[in-house]
Amino acid sequence: MSTFASSPLARTLWYILKRAVQALVVIILIAVALFLVFYMLPANPAQLSCGKPCTPEQLQRVSAFMGTDQPWYAQLGAYMLGIFAGRTFGTGASAVVCSAPCLGYSFRLSTPVTTLIAQRFPVTASIAIGAAVLWMLVGVSTGVLAAVKRGTWVDRLLNALSSIGISSPSYLIGLLAIIVFAIELPLFPSSGYVAFSTNPLEWLQHMLLPWLVLALLNAAGYTRITRAQMVTELEQDYIRTARSKGVPERRIIGVHALRNALLPVMTLFGLDLGALLGGAVLTEKVFSMQGLGMLLLDSVTNLDLQVLVGSTLFAAALVIIANLIVDICYSLLDPRVTLGH
Amino acid sequence: MATDSTREPLLTVSHVSIGFNGTPVTHDVHFSLFPGTITALVGESGSGKSVSAMALAHLDPSQAEVSGQAFLDSNTTLNILDNTLDQASLQKLRGGQIGVVFQEPMTAFNPLMTLGKQVEESLIYHQPKLSKQERKEAVLHAFEAVRLPQPERIFTAHPHELSGGQLQRVMIAMAIINNPSIIIADEPTTALDVTTQKAILQLLESLARERHLAILIITHDMGVVWEAAQYVYVMQKGEIVEEGSTRQIFTAPTHPYTRMLLDAVPKLTVDSEGEDSPTADSPAPALVQLEHVSLSYSHRAHAKLALHDISLRIGAGETLALVGESGAGKTTIGKVISGQLTPQQGTVLIGGDNLAGLKGKKLRQARSSIGFVFQNSSSALVPTKTIGWSIAEPLLVEESLGGTKLSSQQRLERVEELMKHVGLDPALASRFPYQLSGGQRQRVGIARAIALRPKLLIADEPTSSLDVTVQKRVLDLLRTLQQEYGYACLFITHDLGIVQEVAHNLAVIKSGEIVEQGSVSEVLAHPRHAYTRTLLDASPRIDVSAR
Repeated sequence: MSTFASSPLARTLWYILKRAVQALVVIILIAVALFLVFYMLPANPAQLSCGKPCTPEQLQRVSAFMGTDQPWYAQLGAYMLGIFAGRTFGTGASAVVCSAPCLGYSFRLSTPVTTLIAQRFPVTASIAIGAAVLWMLVGVSTGVLAAVKRGTWVDRLLNALSSIGISSPSYLIGLLAIIVFAIELPLFPSSGYVAFSTNPLEWLQHMLLPWLVLALLNAAGYTRITRAQMVTELEQDYIRTARSKGVPERRIIGVHALRNALLPVMTLFGLDLGALLGGAVLTEKVFSMQGLGMLLLDSVTNLDLQVLVGSTLFAAALVIIANLIVDICYSLLDPRVTLGH
Repeated sequence: MATDSTREPLLTVSHVSIGFNGTPVTHDVHFSLFPGTITALVGESGSGKSVSAMALAHLDPSQAEVSGQAFLDSNTTLNILDNTLDQASLQKLRGGQIGVVFQEPMTAFNPLMTLGKQVEESLIYHQPKLSKQERKEAVLHAFEAVRLPQPERIFTAHPHELSGGQLQRVMIAMAIINNPSIIIADEPTTALDVTTQKAILQLLESLARERHLAILIITHDMGVVWEAAQYVYVMQKGEIVEEGSTRQIFTAPTHPYTRMLLDAVPKLTVDSEGEDSPTADSPAPALVQLEHVSLSYSHRAHAKLALHDISLRIGAGETLALVGESGAGKTTIGKVISGQLTPQQGTVLIGGDNLAGLKGKKLRQARSSIGFVFQNSSSALVPTKTIGWSIAEPLLVEESLGGTKLSSQQRLERVEELMKHVGLDPALASRFPYQLSGGQRQRVGIARAIALRPKLLIADEPTSSLDVTVQKRVLDLLRTLQQEYGYACLFITHDLGIVQEVAHNLAVIKSGEIVEQGSVSEVLAHPRHAYTRTLLDASPRIDVSAR
């Protein structure tokens, strides 16, 4: 550390590098844990894709093809290696190539898991990112408003609304939204997805309802936490100092208090967005969109273990990467962070 | 002098009454500030001095109900206390006509913003015509005016990179940058070391003189008043009870409250015979012995020794005062003695035992013979537990370590007895920490520390967050208890002034090294080390004849 600790920039870069290595280690550990959990299940993947009737010889052949005849550590090794170098199932003419990064191969769908994720991810990302931007805007602005007007009817109203938001299940609000805005007032399509590259306008029309539903529900939590943080920050000594300088109240709220208040909100946002990018199961189901959430759901119902492990690992990696990005933003925004202990 | 009738006051305040929820906290307060003069508003916490002064910049808590008049210069048309003052006039007032310096420099700055930006911010709203470059020059100029080293570096630094003293200078720079006529300084040196305090007070004095500023210092410390102020208003329970020139107030105080405040100031009487300090007749057997102790915090990037070759002893029943500035290593020594830190070199013996070799239950047993009193009385008590619980906790710990089991009735009696010993009403046992005053909470801390009849008491700045009058009573209590309980005491402080009142011996520590030690009277009368002399010079000493 001593050679790196010379300048603030070097310190920040060193910090980022350290966190990135930590993140990578965590992702690998999760991969190991996931593999062990799902491959230790009594369900035999070879049996499932063997078909009926399944003779012992056939089962043997399928097992050898899929690699499930190997001991668990050899399977784990092959799986981990596949992520970085790709792998091939079987030999000769019937060989199936799963190129790196190979997160597994769905024998049920005859498609590499990576391809499945790549097909589904744009749908989930469209839902998650759009909704996240919306809920951040709504949540933070209402939170600031409630904090500034604390104790007044505005504060109480926002508090009541956010209680409703926090306690409402998304499928209920989603279905209500479909009934009102897609069926009774046919303003939006009730389901489906159109790729942005195909038709941006239709993409937007399909996205708006899911965005609104997800954003409204998530915003409620952000209203609460932003309000609490803002109330705490507005009572700090430095706010009084800013007032004593003649700084207008608008700037005190918008620059001094908000910047400090947003730091913990950012942590929550990173985790929420990361988790949602891994699959918005309920929203995708309600609006019949084929995203990662639906992929996960299908793989569970069909016991497609390769897909299950692959997409769960992908989702976990997203949360960790989101967390890493938040940490890096933290170190850039808060000068005290890189100093650490 | 401020009483010179030929000079016009810069600010005249009269009939100020402030209340919260209909309960008045100040009544009919008046004072005047003159150019080039430092005026002090002195009183204990809760006397209403801060609210009265802060009301001038409308910085009181929002629920304060303020009435009264305050006029700047001779402009009697604009009452700056007026509740209906519009935003524009209010912003012009704050930072433009009145600059404010706060008590806690460490928390008074936005932690995410560079100091240059924070000072510059004041210029943006008061001198909007300045270009960015001109603003930067003005800020650097102000940094120079408050004698900050390397203004360019401080411009781009964040608050956590500076010391408390430096931050207080930045705050003063911020207060004077728009050339206001009035500065309000609310306990500007309370959070600082004595040597830093003296430097900051000198800075305020020269700024008042050079820039013809009228400075109002709010303080509870008559030592600060003596060092800095020319005119004094004494405030008690929301009213001005006495006023006069500093000399008048110190030589001929008329109000009993003023006399009490003056009595509470620790007197540093340097006397070559040294009869004032309690010296031990014969050297008591050593209870604590540190020999050649060195320690470094290895995880620090710049691995500097936190303690370097420390040797000291505390005799049974004696008090050793450990004096030095923040960061010198005083608290670290306390942690070494109590076995919380193990030094890399040297030996630590408590009653002949080496704490470093102990683990688990043995270590906990050894620690139960050491009592602790902490600096911050409110954070040292569990906020959700009653006072009685906090005092009883060590008793429970002793039982768990194999001590005699007490019935809950016996425990209750013991708690009551301890509370009486420290001068607390046993009825307070069911109260929570926040319901007590700072002085009462510190008494709770002391009761808890002596509950197991410790052989050693480590008191880490036990009075530095208390008012002087309260401090005096707590110091008296610690001395009486020592006679009763016979414990040895390590008394950690940055204030040489109170050493004489409590300690037999004195060790002066600077940057992790003990630069001087000996009996209190000897060291104070014949300080050998230059640093001890600096500390002595910086301690406010009230010597009326010298003024």
